[in-house]
Amino acid sequence: MGTLLEIKNIETFYGLIYALRGVSLTVEDNTITAVLGNNGAGKSTILKTVMGLLDDQPDKGTIEFLGRRIDGKDPEVIVRMGLSYVPEGREVFDELTVKENLLMGAYIRRDRGGIKSDFDRIYGYFPILKQRENQWAGTLSGGEQQMLAIGRALMNRPKLLFLDEPSLGLSPLLVKEIFRIIVEISRQGVSILLVEQNARMALSISHVGLILENGRFVMKGKSNELMQDKDVQEFYMGVRSEESAKGFQRWKRKKRWR
Amino acid sequence: MFLQLLLSGLSFGSLYALIALAMVIIYKTSEVPNFGQGEMAMLSTFVAFTLLVTYGHSFAISFIGALLFAALLGAFLEFVFLRRAKDPNILSLILITLGFEMVLYGVASWKWGADQRDLPFPVSDFDLVNLGPAVISYLNLATLLVTLALMLLLFLFFRYTKVGIAMKATQQNPMAARVNGIRVNRILSVTWAMSSTIGAVAGIMLAPVATLDPNLMLEPLLKGFASAVLGGMTTLVGSALGGYILGIIENLFGGYVSLEFKSIVAFGIIVLVLCFKPSGLFAKHYIKKV
Repeated sequence: MGTLLEIKNIETFYGLIYALRGVSLTVEDNTITAVLGNNGAGKSTILKTVMGLLDDQPDKGTIEFLGRRIDGKDPEVIVRMGLSYVPEGREVFDELTVKENLLMGAYIRRDRGGIKSDFDRIYGYFPILKQRENQWAGTLSGGEQQMLAIGRALMNRPKLLFLDEPSLGLSPLLVKEIFRIIVEISRQGVSILLVEQNARMALSISHVGLILENGRFVMKGKSNELMQDKDVQEFYMGVRSEESAKGFQRWKRKKRWR
Repeated sequence: MFLQLLLSGLSFGSLYALIALAMVIIYKTSEVPNFGQGEMAMLSTFVAFTLLVTYGHSFAISFIGALLFAALLGAFLEFVFLRRAKDPNILSLILITLGFEMVLYGVASWKWGADQRDLPFPVSDFDLVNLGPAVISYLNLATLLVTLALMLLLFLFFRYTKVGIAMKATQQNPMAARVNGIRVNRILSVTWAMSSTIGAVAGIMLAPVATLDPNLMLEPLLKGFASAVLGGMTTLVGSALGGYILGIIENLFGGYVSLEFKSIVAFGIIVLVLCFKPSGLFAKHYIKKV
């Protein structure tokens, strides 16, 4: 297995806020890597930093994709190297049709035949999009928009796909459906870096899991091992390790990694 | 009488529509009403004049040359003035457009002076075509047709070409456009070039009716802006319709009520629209889902 993405010690500022405090991360070929963490831990910031969406960031550290430095490059350039990004909150083009949205996903490609077959592939993953083909993306439901956002990102045939909270605001059933398709996509040879709050779902499909707190990774491991970890269960999966005798818990378990 | 007023209103309205379109194309990408639009068109018209009269080229060459100049001018202004602004807000961008409006006005006054000139136009303003009960001059007819053709082209461009769709995408969500590999800066330059070209067409069609001097576009620009506000600053079709409506209303007002106050109608309409439907008559209210 080769290394696709290698992030070394990046530090990112959001204005004056010290958002990432030295984050290192590697993504291997043909894996799903999940980054978990609470609100404001800096999960999305990692993806935005790598995509080059934050001006003049990372402040420190290096990012390599396929062995080439990409820190400080523009997103337009990074996308062309085979890295796709599904932003948090979908961010589809509201007043373009579903078809046009997907076409924009293939903006950087020139091969008409390949684009056509990719359309069919995406409609295979998400048949509902085929039905809505000529509808404005803004009129789709949240789940359909998420599917469209994923489909659009796949249209440029990425080697690595960034997914930022694909479960955000979706019903449990839809979340399941989306994750099923994520697994299917990864089987087709696309590596995935997944950022999620829904730890249970994310760990169940990923190979490697990392836990981010206050801009630092505090834990890393194989996903199935993390799922067994008492701390992870308590703080990220809502499993209560001990029942209190009175029926409610007045104390909090201490985090062991601090 | 009524038909006659309607017809000439339509022809004037089509010029307003062009200017409105030019403004809206830029407004949609950067949310800036470009107050330099008129001066950009005026300068391009002067270039057409120079090519035609001073250098004696044919009208077609002068026309195309002026359009090329307009496109370059638009891209140049975007590249040199607007892109330099770091994290600008809307107000500062508007001020930039006002700034180069004055620069361009100055350049035109310096190069061509304040004399009123005559742009020799191959289509006559005095020969008339009979359309049943009404007549229309060849020039007005040409204006109408050119405008319609240009609008059709624009429609096809935004509907079917990749760059056109990418422009719309950039207007709607620049961040998402960037992560899809659309070079947003380049799209902005193209937008400005296009808008400037459309404005130049309006300027050249207007010059034979008005007089060619540095004030050529002063009033038409305000009218075009009024049409854009009337139709809705966010819709291309709406703003074009706004142009026609304004042209017709203005002409009817001039014919039936008072010729002196004809120009004021536009501003009365702006006030009314802003009172009752601030987003414009044809703007689709789009509520963003979160």
